[in-house]
Amino acid sequence: MKTWVLGDNVDTDVITPGRYMKFSIEEIARHCLEPVLPQFASSVQKGDIVVGGRNFGAGSSREQAPAALKHLGVAALVAESFAGLFYRNALNLGLPALVCPQAKQIADGAPLAVDFERSLLVDQDTKQTYAFEPIPPHLLEMVRDGGLLAHLEKRLKCRTTS
Amino acid sequence: MTDNTKPMMTLAQKLVARAAGRSSVTPGEIVTCKVDLAMMHDSGGPRRVKPMLERLGAKVWDPSKVVVITDHYVPTYDDESRKIIRIARDWVREAGIDNFYDEQGICHVVLPERGHLRPGMFAVGGDSHSPTGGAFAAYMFGIGATEMLGVLVTGEIWLKVPHTIAMDFDGRLQPGVSAKDIMLFLIGRFGLDGGQYQAVEYRGAAIRALPMQERMTLCNMTAELGGQTGLIASDSTTEAFLNTKIETWESDRDAPLMAHHRFNAADLAPQVAAPHSPANSKAVDEFRNVTPAVAYIGACTGAKLVDLRMAASVLKGRKARTRLMVAPASARDVKAAQEEGTLKILQDAGAEFLGLGCGICAGYGGNVLGENVVAISTTARNFRGRMGAASSQVYLASPYTVAATAVAGHVCDPREMLQ
Repeated sequence: MKTWVLGDNVDTDVITPGRYMKFSIEEIARHCLEPVLPQFASSVQKGDIVVGGRNFGAGSSREQAPAALKHLGVAALVAESFAGLFYRNALNLGLPALVCPQAKQIADGAPLAVDFERSLLVDQDTKQTYAFEPIPPHLLEMVRDGGLLAHLEKRLKCRTTS
Repeated sequence: MTDNTKPMMTLAQKLVARAAGRSSVTPGEIVTCKVDLAMMHDSGGPRRVKPMLERLGAKVWDPSKVVVITDHYVPTYDDESRKIIRIARDWVREAGIDNFYDEQGICHVVLPERGHLRPGMFAVGGDSHSPTGGAFAAYMFGIGATEMLGVLVTGEIWLKVPHTIAMDFDGRLQPGVSAKDIMLFLIGRFGLDGGQYQAVEYRGAAIRALPMQERMTLCNMTAELGGQTGLIASDSTTEAFLNTKIETWESDRDAPLMAHHRFNAADLAPQVAAPHSPANSKAVDEFRNVTPAVAYIGACTGAKLVDLRMAASVLKGRKARTRLMVAPASARDVKAAQEEGTLKILQDAGAEFLGLGCGICAGYGGNVLGENVVAISTTARNFRGRMGAASSQVYLASPYTVAATAVAGHVCDPREMLQ
């Protein structure tokens, strides 16, 4: 549940550099955030949270950017704001992208837990809380299903069995 | 007679309302839109959607509305790139997609050039520079591969109806100043998230005076400005380019805007964006001491026919002092450039030509920038490591400025060479 704090405008070329795009997601993930945090891919733990400032995920439509973070076990992304295209991509993959106006107050390494019921991030040491905006209602079911692919699978199955 | 009951709407609202089957829509509301056209390229397209379609046991909702264009991994250069292109070629056949353009150029340029866009359409593209289509008064925006799967299966997509930010340019651009300079200026002024994922509409006398391919550059780089789409009302220039009768799509005069910014185009100097962000832009004079080793003319936003002509107007009768690389944006543009002599001017100036496609721009292909290389480029983005090594340094500028820099050996105002 450790957090990795990054700055404003973290772009998709930095999250998943273009030269690895031809490979599998396993290989791409090994180079996740390589230009700015070379140790990230090898040290990130399942359940960790990545925190950005403004406009997290700026740049390309490559879905491998949120997919690599998810593949490495990142449980949620938190930012003051997300680039719109990246935001859609993350939720489509079932990776929660949480808009938190106080994101810049979160310290690197803080042990954060996500309380989806109350829309709060809770620092397990200091008990400090940070509110995030709930996931938009029209996307909630899709995120709960684990993303758009699983959601479509469920919908198509319902259609054929009904 | 005006209908007082119908709300005044922006171009963006009108396009979304039509696609949602509604008489009007309000910014901020969530609607479901029917998709008129879905464009994919080799990287985010068939190789990603094919396995997902198979998992769902689903078929493409309407193959006649899908366009596939290979551009990221062409020319192929290794086993991986050959495999990616082979998947694209096999899949279009299996899925019954006739609109397939293989190694004909970059998707954003090929799509309108082959007549797939019309004013009034609602379209998605599997690439972030898809707002390019907005130059044709079509609502077009970029989506990722899983969202594209959703479109391919359902023919629909959700949208939060955007507000509109109007960028009004009065007057006329000076010779040697282009759409790329407008965009670098706007991104520098408003930031990478200045567009707030809303619609950005470009208006005013200076915009109406621009040819279609320059308008495409404006809408294309709405991605770097952080807008969902960039739009320009359709007019006689649109009609002449498409060579067919079109409907006029434009904002109502009094439609409410989120913001309205006015500029005088004549005041704009050529702009250069320093590494590693398009938002690091300033007037060209601030960079005179920068000496790039590579001058690159490429990409959807920098190597169309109009861009090659800009470079040629500077390079005519001159030699490049730096390494000058040109990766033209489309096969048709290369043919036209050859026939009119533009290509010869570039060759005579010492340009090396790369294959048709995205080239070095996204760092996907066989050519990339090496360690510590300083380059000046007509591409849209200069994020760290995008075009190659993380230590490479990329400056962004217009084709005029990149050509002038190649000749001078340092960053140079092209207006000095156009006199």
